[in-house]
Amino acid sequence: MKNIALHILDLVENSARAEAREVVVCITEAPEKDQYILVIEDDGEGMNEEVKNKATDPFYTSRTTRKIGMGLPLIQQNAERTGGSFSLQSVPGSGTRLEAIFVLSHPDRLPLGEIDDVLVLLAACNPQLRLVYEHRAPGGLYRFDTSEIEKIAGKICNCNQKIRKFLREMILENLRGIGAEIGE
Amino acid sequence: MNKIKTLEDLKLLREGMQAKFKLRESGNNAENIVRIKVAMSTCGIASGAKEIMNFLIEELEQQAIEAVVTQTGCMGYCYAEPTIEVTVPGKEPIVFGEVDKHRAAEIIEKYIIHNELVDGILPMNYRTIDN
Repeated sequence: MKNIALHILDLVENSARAEAREVVVCITEAPEKDQYILVIEDDGEGMNEEVKNKATDPFYTSRTTRKIGMGLPLIQQNAERTGGSFSLQSVPGSGTRLEAIFVLSHPDRLPLGEIDDVLVLLAACNPQLRLVYEHRAPGGLYRFDTSEIEKIAGKICNCNQKIRKFLREMILENLRGIGAEIGE
Repeated sequence: MNKIKTLEDLKLLREGMQAKFKLRESGNNAENIVRIKVAMSTCGIASGAKEIMNFLIEELEQQAIEAVVTQTGCMGYCYAEPTIEVTVPGKEPIVFGEVDKHRAAEIIEKYIIHNELVDGILPMNYRTIDN
């Protein structure tokens, strides 16, 4: 994957397949610890210990259309090659939490990428899901919550391009506002 | 510096377009509109499915073709990503592989509008005499 946003696009799909109703994606930029932390937490069906241990094996997947599953192994690799770490916690029946810690200053740390595009796309394609995105940067916190958007504009899947474009701009401007690193 | 957009601005924008806003559901005779599924698993995303999906959504809206573009999982054709499944009303779905922007435009122009087949169809849905 070229950037963090694409990993998010990929991994939230796992949550959606696990029948999650709510997914919280958090990014924390922590220069004081030299860390860039991605946490994805869902309330899906979870995994038992055995499946969880196999989840980062590229030759394991819960799918039936093919025999490999690269989503988790790739993010693990990308986190670990910066000198960071990756961990997965899961409780069957109540949800899964994934944490990838990247070393912020490492040259191989992925950029954030087109997060605005990814969030709007995920929201539009998963109308059953409440998607919350929290980004902590040195200048503050920005929170994007699809349930707040829906109260105003209805389901994002029914929104036209004008509203989607507005949402993307809103996300970017707010991220810029808190001094988030968005690679421009 | 520009003011940062907020949910309040969204409310205003939404109210402004209320009049001409038509709900998708109202005209949503699922059988009468073109449906496109873009495969977006790890393999699809890594090969650029997101750009293709955005391209399709924009292009179809621009050409005023009523269509629903959604995301789907991996169809098992990882070697041919990005793949898309196109369902034209009244027809069997067809899966196209190795779709770049150029090919996506070709699929809209030739297959969706003019009903001609284009190269790169994957053996996902089509049937042979045996079955």
